[in-house]
Amino acid sequence: MPAVSKGDGMRGLAVFISDIRNCKSKEAEIKRINKELANIRSKFKGDKALDGYSKKKYVCKLLFIFLLGHDIDFGHMEAVNLLSSNKYTEKQIGYLFISVLVNSNSELIRLINNAIKNDLSSRNPTFMCLALHCIANVGSREMAEAFAGEIPRILVAGDTMDSVKQSAALCLLRLYKASPDLVLMGEWTSRVVHLLNDQHMGVVTAAISLITCLSSKNPDEFKTCVSLAVSRLSRIVSSASTDLQDYTYYFVPAPWLSCKLLRLLQCYPPPEDGAVKGRLVECLETILNKAQEPPKSKKVQHSNAKNAILFEAISLIIHYDSEPNLLVRACNQLGQFLQHRETNLRYLALESMCTLASSEFSHEAVKTHIETVINALKTERDVSVRQRAADLLYAMCDRSNAKQIVAEMLSYLETADYSIREEMVLKVAILAEKYAVDYSWYVDTILNLIRIAGDYVSEEVWYRVIQIVINRDDVQGYAAKTVFEALQAPACHENMVKVGGYILGEFGNLIAGDPRSSPLVQFNLLHSKFHLCSVPTRALLLSAYIKFINLFPETKATIQEVLRSDSQIRNSDVELQQRAVEYLKLSSIASTDVLATVLEEMPPFPERESSILAKLKKKKGPGAVSVELEDGKERGELNGGGDRGVPDLTNALSTPSPSADLLGLRSAAPVSGAAPSAGSLLVDVFSEAGPAAASAGVNDDGFLRFVCKNNGVLFENQLLQIGIKSEYRQNLGRMYLFYGNKTSVQFVSFSTTLNVQTKTVEPLVEGGAQVQQVINIECLTDFVDAPLLNIKFRYGGALQNISLKLPVTINKFFQPTEMAAADFFQRWKQLSQPQQEAQKIFKASHGMDTEVLKAKLLGLGTALLENVDPNPENYVCAGVIQTKAQQVGCLLRLEPNAQAQMYRLTLRSSKDTVSQRVCDLLAEQF
Amino acid sequence: MIKAILIFNNHGKPRLSKFYEHYNEDTEQQIIRETFHLVSKRDENVCNFLEGGMLIGGSENRLIYRHYATLYFVFCVDSSESELGILDLIQVFVETLDKCFENVCELDLIFHVDKVHNILAEMVMGGMVLETNMNEIIIQVDAQNKMEKSETFIFQSPRQDR
Repeated sequence: MPAVSKGDGMRGLAVFISDIRNCKSKEAEIKRINKELANIRSKFKGDKALDGYSKKKYVCKLLFIFLLGHDIDFGHMEAVNLLSSNKYTEKQIGYLFISVLVNSNSELIRLINNAIKNDLSSRNPTFMCLALHCIANVGSREMAEAFAGEIPRILVAGDTMDSVKQSAALCLLRLYKASPDLVLMGEWTSRVVHLLNDQHMGVVTAAISLITCLSSKNPDEFKTCVSLAVSRLSRIVSSASTDLQDYTYYFVPAPWLSCKLLRLLQCYPPPEDGAVKGRLVECLETILNKAQEPPKSKKVQHSNAKNAILFEAISLIIHYDSEPNLLVRACNQLGQFLQHRETNLRYLALESMCTLASSEFSHEAVKTHIETVINALKTERDVSVRQRAADLLYAMCDRSNAKQIVAEMLSYLETADYSIREEMVLKVAILAEKYAVDYSWYVDTILNLIRIAGDYVSEEVWYRVIQIVINRDDVQGYAAKTVFEALQAPACHENMVKVGGYILGEFGNLIAGDPRSSPLVQFNLLHSKFHLCSVPTRALLLSAYIKFINLFPETKATIQEVLRSDSQIRNSDVELQQRAVEYLKLSSIASTDVLATVLEEMPPFPERESSILAKLKKKKGPGAVSVELEDGKERGELNGGGDRGVPDLTNALSTPSPSADLLGLRSAAPVSGAAPSAGSLLVDVFSEAGPAAASAGVNDDGFLRFVCKNNGVLFENQLLQIGIKSEYRQNLGRMYLFYGNKTSVQFVSFSTTLNVQTKTVEPLVEGGAQVQQVINIECLTDFVDAPLLNIKFRYGGALQNISLKLPVTINKFFQPTEMAAADFFQRWKQLSQPQQEAQKIFKASHGMDTEVLKAKLLGLGTALLENVDPNPENYVCAGVIQTKAQQVGCLLRLEPNAQAQMYRLTLRSSKDTVSQRVCDLLAEQF
Repeated sequence: MIKAILIFNNHGKPRLSKFYEHYNEDTEQQIIRETFHLVSKRDENVCNFLEGGMLIGGSENRLIYRHYATLYFVFCVDSSESELGILDLIQVFVETLDKCFENVCELDLIFHVDKVHNILAEMVMGGMVLETNMNEIIIQVDAQNKMEKSETFIFQSPRQDR
């Protein structure tokens, strides 16, 4: 018998729906709907004695209208009224309306909550389920506040019906996800875990979702679930296909539950108990064996269900990453699927293999499938599958196969779908850089990328090739030659012109010996592309031209001619016009020496994370690029940075941000033209009298003031003021130093040195002027000593010498971490070894004002956690220090004692030196 | 977690939309359109999984769909769900509808949207799977129908039913 007979529908509803379906146009439909809405509104407003049947009919109509995409702004109150009906039909339609058209109006929620409360206590299982569904659908905080205490009770009560238990489990899960702080499992934990043993498989199915979520958040509290899950899984896997009756799906016993059990186990490391582990390994082997058995049915549902379990089992094996035997079997199984005729299986196999490729046990085994994967990339009809194949090639790439894989990806790019080209380009660029043994191959690859997919080559990619060419002098000649050849093509991509312009501008001299690429030929080649390019590219080319004048004096006349032409010097674009004017002037008035200084070759770029990698991460989210992260060392080798020897901190005076330094020569443009005015000479005489004594020794007064703040004045005397602005993100930072001349006389021979790596600032600071210096900072590992900054200059006749500690402290690399009280105490307990803790008791040196304290703790960089410490007077904070080498979680507790004017400060972190350093730094702040 | 369940026909007309995360109405409609656009342009016999549209979370989420005659059944799920498991779930859902409506067709979904919601609610709750056993689901639906019938008998008035 069908459960819904077709005759019992509501006639009015059917007529309305038919009307809509018969509408010839969108306008007619809207008209009909508006008419109906008006009708319903008047019915709801006017006729107080609307019977349940009519209400249900109208609500159904509203649902239908809503599904068509029209806003419904009334009817909520009527729906809420239906909730308190004691007729199932009315109650049910009321709940349905609310769950589809959730409205966060809190007045309404209060009424809904009342109705739910009544239904939950009704002991009528149907009503209870309706109410639980409603909570799960809305899942708002107000509901969590009202019911988070009640639902666990329903879930574990002995007399609760199975269907209600199922609903209660998922309802609780929903509330936990929405408001974890309100759902306190404590006393229920063990009883909830034991639901895994419940007789009713439906209860287990619902409960396992709840347990998985709770376990992933609080693994320790729920770890007893591991052995229960293993024994449940074992019973299912070893059962005959008929044992589980209704839960057998196309001859596969309880596939859904098996998958979920395997997922739950992925929240934990391999079981420590030998017996449990043995049983689990047995299960996994049985699952792998079953895959080889002949199918019990030809239906696709049968193989789907069977393989769903198999893929989850493989995920678990990969997650454990400790059983070489199983890993190799898993890899072989996936290898079979790579050639399966079911597209879904090929897709999933490619995806699983991606994770398998990062395991050291199976990396080699995965590599044996390279030909199949390349073939998939070339022949799959489905773009989703091709995408997975490209991902897998990327994951299995290493030094041994990089050239082959990069070549295949490049040739795939020529025909690749537009939707994945940009990502492919990034991946090729990263692989080429990471595994480049010789740089000529790298340069070739990137230029090919630009040639094949120029539109998809983002700024990051071509900036990067330029950075690398500039930093590696062994490839500069080759790069110049190759771009020169590439530019010969009649139509080449604008990105190629940019790279070509930049590289020839810097290194064109390296190929100028060959008459086929003489200076003038190079210039003419570049200039032939000029008119086809956009403004930013033209600007870059103009800069290349002025560099040419410096490199090749013989081109000066030709280039000046070009600059002087109306199309340049009167260009309507301000930027181009200004460049033309300034460069023309520069080339005509500056002596060769000045020109050579101003237009010197670009200094090496500071080492930093490849911007391409950062872009890919942004595109794909954190998980997707795990493969190359562990390979950081190889990347460093290629960048050839000389600063690896610095133990703590790599500071490099930055050439400005990439966009500025590649496009502009602004920073090198003439700056020192103006001579000191007579006025300032006059003042000179007076100020000569009191020059500040040249200070020796390191000055660190300012240093400690910056532990909890990032901006301010670091140093000031009668002559000089040094201001700081700094910003930090993860393990990177950037600091701007502003040197202000407080006098009206210029400082000459102004120089700053940093004990790390440095580049000169402008040697003159005019009276009253300020110069700026930018320092890029990368935190490699935790450190104690701050970098030293030495400043020397001549003021009047006297040499001034100032040494300062730069306020770069380990806490600058804090990322705040919000956590609930339970998490905090759990982690606190985990960090209980004596060396992980650092503690200081000290006297307050400032007032103990709450707001000031809070501001300081926030300034430290940690998250200030409210409602964690049982004593409201105390402060607790949490954060993670990001260094390149590792992340160090840090917990902090500050206990003020107002009477004694004392503090006790306790730091716990996973690294002893960090606890100690942060404790030392912070103790000076209060 | 299942983020959304959508059913639409070959022309993109929505027949059921159930979101387990809150979006405003306009976004919901856009998601339905975007999903239809993504799914409908795919050939038959390609795989049943694809990355979600931008609106519903891009590569974090996945669309898993089946195409039955005139209807697309699309589940949008996050990475915690087994793809093949969800395909089976769609099959269970459709088989259940088929049992409840006796050879279900698109018109049944149009005229009995409330029933479809009820059946779905017995399978999926708050984005998590409540029950996968078809017989169990049908028992619940039957019980509800009985209650409904007994009540309808009392107050249904066939007159002037507009």
